[in-house]
Amino acid sequence: MAADSQWLTFLVLFLPFFAAAAAPLLTRSFGHKAAWILAVFPAFIFLHFIGFAAPVANGETISGGYSWIESLDVDFSWYLDGLSLTFALLISGIGTLIVLYSGGYLKGHAQQGRFFSFILMFMGAMQGLVVADSFLTLFVFWELTSIASFLLIGFDHSREAARRAALQALIVTGAGGLSLLAGLLVIAQATGVNSLSALLAEGEGLREAPLYFAALLLVLGGAFTKSAQFPFHFWLPNAMEAPTPVSAYLHSATMVKAGVYLLMRLNPVMGETFAWETILPLFGGTTLIVGTLLGLRQTDLKLMLAYTTVASLGLLVMLTGFGSHLAVEAAVLYLVAHSLFKGALFMVAGCIDHETGTRDLTRLGGIGRAMPITFAAALLAAFSMGGLPPFFGFLAKEEIYAGLATGSFWGVLLTLVAIIGNGLMFAIGFAVGLKPFIGAASDTPKHPHEGPILLWLGPVILATTGLLAALFSSLSHHFVSSPMASAVVGEPVEISISIVPHVGLPLLLSLVTIALGIFVYLTLERGRASMATVLAAIGWGPDRGFDQFVRGVIRISAVVTGIVQNGRLDIYMTVTFIILAAALFVPMIGFGELPSVPAIAALSFHEWAILVIAFIGLGAVVYARDRLTAIVSLGIQGFAVALLFMLFGAADLSFTQFMVETLSVVILALVMTRLRLSPADHRPTGQKLLDFSIASVCGAGLGLLLMRVVEVPFDPTLSTFFAENSRVIAHGRNIVNVIIVDFRGLDTLGEIAVVMIAGLAILALVRVRAGKPGNATKTKTVETGGEA
Amino acid sequence: MEPIFAVTVAVFFATSIYLLLSKHIIRILLGVAIFGNAVNLTIFTAGRLMREVPPIIPVDLDMPAGATANPLPQALILTAIVISFSFFAFLLVLAFRSYQELGTDDTDGMRVAEPEGEELPPLGY
Repeated sequence: MAADSQWLTFLVLFLPFFAAAAAPLLTRSFGHKAAWILAVFPAFIFLHFIGFAAPVANGETISGGYSWIESLDVDFSWYLDGLSLTFALLISGIGTLIVLYSGGYLKGHAQQGRFFSFILMFMGAMQGLVVADSFLTLFVFWELTSIASFLLIGFDHSREAARRAALQALIVTGAGGLSLLAGLLVIAQATGVNSLSALLAEGEGLREAPLYFAALLLVLGGAFTKSAQFPFHFWLPNAMEAPTPVSAYLHSATMVKAGVYLLMRLNPVMGETFAWETILPLFGGTTLIVGTLLGLRQTDLKLMLAYTTVASLGLLVMLTGFGSHLAVEAAVLYLVAHSLFKGALFMVAGCIDHETGTRDLTRLGGIGRAMPITFAAALLAAFSMGGLPPFFGFLAKEEIYAGLATGSFWGVLLTLVAIIGNGLMFAIGFAVGLKPFIGAASDTPKHPHEGPILLWLGPVILATTGLLAALFSSLSHHFVSSPMASAVVGEPVEISISIVPHVGLPLLLSLVTIALGIFVYLTLERGRASMATVLAAIGWGPDRGFDQFVRGVIRISAVVTGIVQNGRLDIYMTVTFIILAAALFVPMIGFGELPSVPAIAALSFHEWAILVIAFIGLGAVVYARDRLTAIVSLGIQGFAVALLFMLFGAADLSFTQFMVETLSVVILALVMTRLRLSPADHRPTGQKLLDFSIASVCGAGLGLLLMRVVEVPFDPTLSTFFAENSRVIAHGRNIVNVIIVDFRGLDTLGEIAVVMIAGLAILALVRVRAGKPGNATKTKTVETGGEA
Repeated sequence: MEPIFAVTVAVFFATSIYLLLSKHIIRILLGVAIFGNAVNLTIFTAGRLMREVPPIIPVDLDMPAGATANPLPQALILTAIVISFSFFAFLLVLAFRSYQELGTDDTDGMRVAEPEGEELPPLGY
């Protein structure tokens, strides 16, 4: 491709984020009509990608990118083939309609601008995810979709249910994202490539790598959580807390399909192994059955649709993992059909909710006369969902049965699963798309009437597309289905199925499905009641498990915090000094750095005397019976230290030390004698022994360290420098003073600052009295005597 | 000479740590004061000892005539003494004020920041 096109694609990838930034401002100026302006952005993206349809249909791929982190060999790159292009078209196309729909649905909402912003942000994330080539680009956009969906599900954040659903989605898909990251890293490790296109070119490399199984499990962890496979399906129905445009977009057409996209993308390099063809159909099939059964139980239109989405995703995973070309073709057809009809039905459910005030199936009836356009769109979508001709869903279902009914045991079993699942989905589809509109008119909270164009435009276009795509199947196959299936299979595939029914096994199975669906539709009430009984009997589900998990984590962290931060200073100190002792002795012994036994140098009598005085002072501080003695003894050791400084040529130190010790003793005596403190040490003997041991070991360690230090030859460079330059450069004869005020003057400034800050802090402490009423009762018991 | 000072330093450290491990604020304060002296003596000794010759240049010379005591550790310690004194004063006032507010000098009783039997954080969403 030409360079300017690469630049344009790069811009297109970021266009939704620009639109997201502009959305609040536009909404402030134009209100809900801003939707018309904002929809231009995704529409432009759609047109941009349409331009690639012809070359991709001819088997070309479009890739491009820029170097991102050169030193780590990470690129920001994209790769468009049949698979990613179809997804990109779905995302931008449905995105355009969703933006318009949001304009009508949230008209007059105070936070509509924010909503536009979030949903465009999400669109950008999803767009990037499906066209990403390098692993890191893929992962970044993957996580962005999780974050954007968190914001959207929790949009109505004043309700606890919305907050819970948002957090749940974030935790489940976020954990899956980490699993995916690990999986991608394992793949990169196993094959040495770090982009999808290179991986696809690799061929057999990954399947034969010893790390294949680990990579598979980790990638499946990401895909299954994102695509709500059992037992991670629970977050998806809860995500219905989000406003309906979000449900229609994220939870039908796009985000939840990210997992399926990933599986399809990796099918050529990871598929066709025993593990792949066992795990995927197993989980997919279970999800299909569980999803439809749970959906049957619901009366809320959105929840019913949400569970059929779970089921559809199960079906897609099952088909992707089945392993035959026909099954993959069926998955591709069904994915496109599902995006169209599910998006339409969700929007219809939103219209009904918006115009009648309820989404409860049992309270709705006969609104078809008041809402004819919505009814038409709903019916078209339901026909497609039910797999009736002449709709795209019919093509998909024919292909599903053609792909599954292979005669093997596994094939027969999965065919049965598919029949049950499709039959139930047929029933639910018509329960949503037909039931509310016919029958006796019911009493709804609002008087039903047709919604504005913004509300019905989306469903009508999507439902009609589902019809047109089937009527002109050769065209849609050429540009969409066949290129996509080729990308998933890994070699050119031609899809030829059309709406003209061929008498054969698939048609027969379709008829069985339809019969089952009609039966379930007619006995919907009874089926719902029996499902409710079964679920009540089971009682526990992953959804409740999530609550228990979250509470468990909170409790565990509270316990751990209680142990680590127990609030007892003596324990903190004990731990600190034990670690200090270990840090001193372990390296010293481990590296053989213990000092040798030193020769005892002769000290003069007065030097010994001063040392003895210091030791007596120390002993007295520890053993003093009352505070005053202890404080005075503190002075003794301090003065002894001052004398030592004096004797060893440090006159300045000595004077300062004398001054400071005197002040310390005086202040301590002044303050402490005002407090009625118990003088003695209250520790029990065992505690004293432990503390004594710790203190002795630490002291010995520090002493040995110092002994070792003085054994090493002394390097007098710095001292010599100061001695030589003190007079010459700084014109001072007292070298210590010159260092302090001249050579290291800035340090002294810092020191003065420290003293000043300490003084200010002391002032603040003294000034801030317990004047607050809440503290008065607490301080009543305090007898200080120093208050005067 | 230095090994004897090392032993002295060890005794200073041991005493101060023993006091720091106690539960009573006033003993901890005494420990802090002694700890400062122990550290200063360590720096002093690590810079090697030299008897009775302060690092001062005579009037008529540009450099000290012979060997003097090492001036660098002295400069460091001088700073350290002042800072440890202000630190000590701050701790003292802090201890005094907390005693006034809390009515105890036992660190086990000072549980304002980390109260005993603290409630679980909210379990909802």
